[in-house]
Amino acid sequence: MSALLELKSLDKRFGGLHVTRGVSFALRAGDRMALIGPNGAGKTTLVNQISGVLTSDAGEIRLRGENVTRLSQAKRVRAGLARTFQITTLAPHFAVQRQIELALFEREGLTSGMWRSVDAYPTLQTEAQSILTRFGLRAHAATATEDLAYGEQRLIEMALALALRPKVLLLDEPMAGVPKGDGDRLLAALDALPSELAVLIIEHDMDLVFRFANRIVVLAEGAVLADGSPDEIRRDPKVRAAYLGN
Amino acid sequence: MNTMTTTPALAAPTAQAAAPHCAPAWRAPVVLLVTGMAACALMPDQLGLLTRIFITALLVLSLDLVVGVAGLATLGHAALFGMGAYAAGIFALKVHPDPLVGLAVGIAAGAGLALLSGAFLLRYQGFTFLMLTVAVSQILLSLAQKARQWTGGDDGLSGFVMGPLLGRFDFDLEGRVASVYALTVLVALFYVARRIVDSPFGLAVRGIHENRARMAALGTPVFARLWVLYTVAGAMAGAAGALSAQTNAVVGMDSLSFALSAEALVMLILGGAGRLTGALIGATVFTVLHHTAASINPYHWLFVVGALLMLVVLVSPAKAWAWLRRRAGGVR
Repeated sequence: MSALLELKSLDKRFGGLHVTRGVSFALRAGDRMALIGPNGAGKTTLVNQISGVLTSDAGEIRLRGENVTRLSQAKRVRAGLARTFQITTLAPHFAVQRQIELALFEREGLTSGMWRSVDAYPTLQTEAQSILTRFGLRAHAATATEDLAYGEQRLIEMALALALRPKVLLLDEPMAGVPKGDGDRLLAALDALPSELAVLIIEHDMDLVFRFANRIVVLAEGAVLADGSPDEIRRDPKVRAAYLGN
Repeated sequence: MNTMTTTPALAAPTAQAAAPHCAPAWRAPVVLLVTGMAACALMPDQLGLLTRIFITALLVLSLDLVVGVAGLATLGHAALFGMGAYAAGIFALKVHPDPLVGLAVGIAAGAGLALLSGAFLLRYQGFTFLMLTVAVSQILLSLAQKARQWTGGDDGLSGFVMGPLLGRFDFDLEGRVASVYALTVLVALFYVARRIVDSPFGLAVRGIHENRARMAALGTPVFARLWVLYTVAGAMAGAAGALSAQTNAVVGMDSLSFALSAEALVMLILGGAGRLTGALIGATVFTVLHHTAASINPYHWLFVVGALLMLVVLVSPAKAWAWLRRRAGGVR
């Protein structure tokens, strides 16, 4: 099976700071890959490079075979890439359903339309409502996003990404700051991700990482320290020494 | 956003909640049309003031698209207004006196300037964008001063007489035709603005205002969306400028001034940014206050405007409204 996302010797520097050093790996359909590493290892920088927030100094990013290294964020999304953010990044004053509709309008290439009302797309409204139902948020369709609990806002992040129908999904610490009660809903959402989707998750919760991922890449000082199955990573002495301890 | 209905977040997760919806786009423009016509009918000796209010409201409406909807703070919006005013004035003087063709020329000039300047300005955000808008308007002001043979320089552009509207209605001294003309254009463009704001395009632009990073992550071409919106706002400001030139039969340097940009921003903040109707309310309150204060004391009316500015900055309309409701014994 060919790779959906492929990184080849990716590099990034901020002045004298070398934050991504020759990172290479590939993700195939159905992969559940976790990217782990201590704070400052360069995980979020790497996700920002992949999604197009940051440009790479060297190396290549291929998405479904296409070289997207120099493409804008918008074009990468259209090529099948979606992401969530470590810090909740939503439109706080939008009603929850509008937020989802916005993702659907973007997916369908409708946001250049300047005359028809947003209410004149019943099919997309129904789809938005069904996405909200799937995430247990249907009751909050008309609620301003900022009025929702933090855990529910994290769910909206994931719902937005999935509304784009991506082939590759980047999840940047989806459980960060989520209280235990809301965590179960997020875990259920993670378990229910489409099986054919390639997922790259950054997460500090090791229980979740080892439960969710079928492959783990360990990043240290911007470089790949280890790459393997959860068992291989657990047994790797380099990883134990650098990250997991004893 | 005013077009979005929200309910408290405490509903049970299993309950079926109402979906958000937009108010019909025609409703507010119809209210504006009826109110404007009533004002013209009830105050026949104030048609000049009403015409000024309609034109100013159109300028502030255009500013609201940029500031309130897209979240781009600008202090150079007069450049787009002045461009429309000079284009319409020069067209009437040198080419043809027809008001509607002149209005189209003003719209095209405002849109053209926004298209050109926006290609550069919109690559920046925050203070950089703000200062660059001031720079663009000052450059234009300077150019207008230099090009005396076209603009009349500091003496202003005058000497043009507008032809009859639709070939039938001459601009009269009482200002009846001018007021109805300005109101009609304002209502039509207010309707256009409402349609745009409530469209998927408008939703995306409001999303950019709310959170640029989120919109980029959804695949929105942020620059392109803002560029189109800025051009539309330029067209509307150009229309306001053209109306001003045609109804006053003179275009002065003040139509490009920093003071006009700043006043328009004060009017918008006064009425409430981002709701479109706030632009109309702010422009009306400010212009009436300005007119009244200037008639009471022609030398010190700026004190009143200064006090109003302080009031607007220190007390938001929402807080003032809540205070009034409390005083009236309403909800606490």
